[in-house]
Amino acid sequence: MHEFGIMESALALAEKNTRTAGATQIHRLKVRVGKLSGVVPEALRFAFAALKANTLAAAAEFEIEEVPAVCWCAACAAEFEAKNLNYECPRCHQPSGDLRRGKEMDLASLEIS
Amino acid sequence: MCQECGCSKPGPYQVGDRKVESHTHTLPDGMVLTHAHDHGSAHGHAHGHAHPHQILNLNTGILSANDRAAEQNRGAFKALNLLVLNVVSSPGAGKTALLTKTLNELKGRLRCGVIVGDLATDNDAARLRTTGAPVVQIATGTLCHLEAGMVAEAMKQLDLRALDLLIIENVGNLVCPASFDLGEALRVVLHSVTEGEDKPLKYPPMFHSADAVVVTKTDMSAAAGFDRELALKNIRQAAPHAEVFELSSRTGDGMKVWCDYLIARKAKS
Repeated sequence: MHEFGIMESALALAEKNTRTAGATQIHRLKVRVGKLSGVVPEALRFAFAALKANTLAAAAEFEIEEVPAVCWCAACAAEFEAKNLNYECPRCHQPSGDLRRGKEMDLASLEIS
Repeated sequence: MCQECGCSKPGPYQVGDRKVESHTHTLPDGMVLTHAHDHGSAHGHAHGHAHPHQILNLNTGILSANDRAAEQNRGAFKALNLLVLNVVSSPGAGKTALLTKTLNELKGRLRCGVIVGDLATDNDAARLRTTGAPVVQIATGTLCHLEAGMVAEAMKQLDLRALDLLIIENVGNLVCPASFDLGEALRVVLHSVTEGEDKPLKYPPMFHSADAVVVTKTDMSAAAGFDRELALKNIRQAAPHAEVFELSSRTGDGMKVWCDYLIARKAKS
């Protein structure tokens, strides 16, 4: 829903870091998006395609690393993936609200020159 | 997809009667800065040498500017021993009605203040002021959520030392506000019985971010054909860690449990 604004922020952050490193072009831009980040990868791809013109990333490849929702089960002292919005530990069947991964909305890396 | 909402690109917004203009400028090194005010801080100017296809591992939060501002707010709230709620829901789920009732019920028990966000008008602030509590309205303009920096501006118009509980009523929207930490201690998500039973499954990030889920308008359950058991099951599935309350702001049913919870949380803060 708000992927355009988020993509604008990501591009601004990418351009800032590219210029700071003394480079002039972004060849690859990689973001990391968690299942519970509220960001839809397809919408983010669309936003990148629409916004990349006239930026240092105009010719860049865009890569999204999706991060699953991973919870911590205190009873089992182990992590488990909360698939299909099921926060129940597959071992002991207790629900967990302790989300360890899955809310990421990061600019992961840039390939620049 | 919402192309108009302008998330993370705030235009001018208004805190009470005061307009907060932001401006953007680009430094010689290409750094783009957006400020709410003029200020005298110096910005670093670092540059290195270009290498062919250098890899920069940044691992930086795209919304890290908001996250930093939220942590500043959180620190200020903690120093003041102030319990802060961020109340979110879809439009019309009964945020303002719940807050009005809550403020009236807590009179003499907790000293409350409110920051309320809407795209336009100060209708909600006017409703909330009838309780006698201090209220600051943020008119966000086009922005569909509150950001931590806006809350920091609005805080300046409240005497926070004279408060026990600060309630932030967010813009009615179950999507974007989920991503924007305001520095609150508790995120409260409302779910009215007239919205059906599957809102928690349709908006997982928001419901999963809830510390408390409040089912509102319970007096209308029968008229709405509300399946209570199914709704509670869905809430538990989307937010197993959240405390769940059921109440009617109109009849007052369930208000005592909710208010006792706030008082207990305040005692712990």
